[in-house]
Amino acid sequence: MIPAEVRHAAADLMAEYGLRIDEDRLEDWVELFDEACDYKVVIRENVEQGLPNVLMWCDNKNMLRDRIASYRDVNEYNLHWDRHVIGPLRLGGGADGVWTIEAAYTLVQTDLEGVSRLFSAGRYLVEFVLAGAAARIRSAKVIADTGLIPTLLATPI
Amino acid sequence: MTFEIRWERDDYSRIPFHLYHDEEVYALEMERIFRGPCWSYLCLEAEIPNPGDYRTTWVGDTPVVVSRATAEAGGAIHAFVNRCAHRGAQIVRKTHGNAAEHVCIYHRWCYRTDGELIGIPFRRGLKGEGGMPKDFDMAAASPQRLKVANVSGMLFGTFSDDAEPIEDYLGEFGTGMVRRFFHKPIRILGYSRQLIRGNWKLYAENLRDTYHASLLHEFFVTYGVDRATQKGGVKMDARHRHNMNHAYTATDTQADAQAAYAGTAGVKLDRMRLTDTKLLQHTPEFADRMNLAAPTFFPNALLIQINHSLGTRQIRPKGVDAVEVFQTLFGFADDTEEQTRHRLISANLVGPAGFVSMEDGEAIEIIQKATRNERQATNIIEMGGRGAISDLAHRVTETPVRGFWSYWSELMGVEAPGGVR
Ligand SMILES: [Fe+2]
Repeated sequence: MIPAEVRHAAADLMAEYGLRIDEDRLEDWVELFDEACDYKVVIRENVEQGLPNVLMWCDNKNMLRDRIASYRDVNEYNLHWDRHVIGPLRLGGGADGVWTIEAAYTLVQTDLEGVSRLFSAGRYLVEFVLAGAAARIRSAKVIADTGLIPTLLATPI
Repeated sequence: MTFEIRWERDDYSRIPFHLYHDEEVYALEMERIFRGPCWSYLCLEAEIPNPGDYRTTWVGDTPVVVSRATAEAGGAIHAFVNRCAHRGAQIVRKTHGNAAEHVCIYHRWCYRTDGELIGIPFRRGLKGEGGMPKDFDMAAASPQRLKVANVSGMLFGTFSDDAEPIEDYLGEFGTGMVRRFFHKPIRILGYSRQLIRGNWKLYAENLRDTYHASLLHEFFVTYGVDRATQKGGVKMDARHRHNMNHAYTATDTQADAQAAYAGTAGVKLDRMRLTDTKLLQHTPEFADRMNLAAPTFFPNALLIQINHSLGTRQIRPKGVDAVEVFQTLFGFADDTEEQTRHRLISANLVGPAGFVSMEDGEAIEIIQKATRNERQATNIIEMGGRGAISDLAHRVTETPVRGFWSYWSELMGVEAPGGVR
């Protein structure tokens, strides 16, 4: 049995996760993570073959901060708006207070002239802990079915 | 088809924009370049280590199977067009695998692992009636095979009997660089794919344009991964069709870089620091001590080292206005767990989300967008000079782009009168 407060915290967490990216509040998105955290974007083609390659990998919160700082001030990228749609959450875990979420996502990107395209579909594997009523992400792994990245990947999924 | 270009300059310093958009030009490129006397990069030998292993790949827009034949079929590495002799269906549908033979799902025509057609259901008909004509020649109907060359584990293929021997094609410079990257057994770390909505030549040019590297990819300069002020340069083969951008680690000073980039709009040298710098940790691991080496082989290959990230990229044209960049990352078989981890952390630098590579996708798309309707105008390729094409001991240059066009023109049969080579 997953306690109700864990369910609520997980639902709030994933709502904030998607919306903060979509609202271009990437610095606030980083704050959903614990200081000791891991964020990884991989593609399913590699996962199915047991290959470890990553598209993005930040193995602590400072690397996540660097990724966002570089996006803000250093990198050039396709100008776009993100829109995440995250499916129902499958909850699990609980040992040592670490809970898990598995959920599907689709991410649509829209350019500045209003043209939307499916950017990525895949799933999340998230581990989180409760800090008071709020959930904090220990690790988030994005497994993108969409291995053929349209144009480039600058903003996190 | 006859096809002519009115070159504005015979040194290929002016390229008409319509060459990135014309369907007829694209069709001719597939014929005269990718099915012509060039060696295209197929995949790595390490991806098909066992008898029966195969990978599907592309030569231009032709689907190809690269297969290590089973012992019964001779055990050699073969490449053949992935298209059933019968109705033209894809024979192999998976990206990779192992098979004792390949069977087309449509009418179950069966192929040996070297690509030869060896089985046709109901070939002799049913109860003495029907079937294929008695004189049907299965061997002759087999899918076209490519000639395959294995250079230190990097596999190349050509459709043409007129292609030079691979050693001559790559030249001493090219084979030397391949040997450098594959000087000991490798371990495949995985793949990435990027679809850029632009003509494939824009990507091929991008790889030969060292001028853009430290300007577009500002991360290079901001965090000191690679700056034009480092010791380095561009090298080409004798025909100027291949190119290598290279640089040596820690060969400039902060003051050199500050002076050189002073006043360059957008460059934020010195203003930012990574809070976690392990991404940039680099201990020279090759005898030549380069931290950046990017040999590019006409028409579709790149080998790339950025610090400890090692990989190949294959250019896969997808019609006149799209190109897939297929990247294979690898390390060495004797890497420690820690080294593998560092290579994977370094993967943040390259690929579709790479700190020093993501921008290329955008730069190419905005060229394709802005030049779509242009029949007359040309671009300008003069950084590094006009006229003769030669190696340079600096990297503020796009001269190798002119080398690309010079060889492209030769293959396409449209060289400028008296054009430089
Ligand atoms: Fe680039």
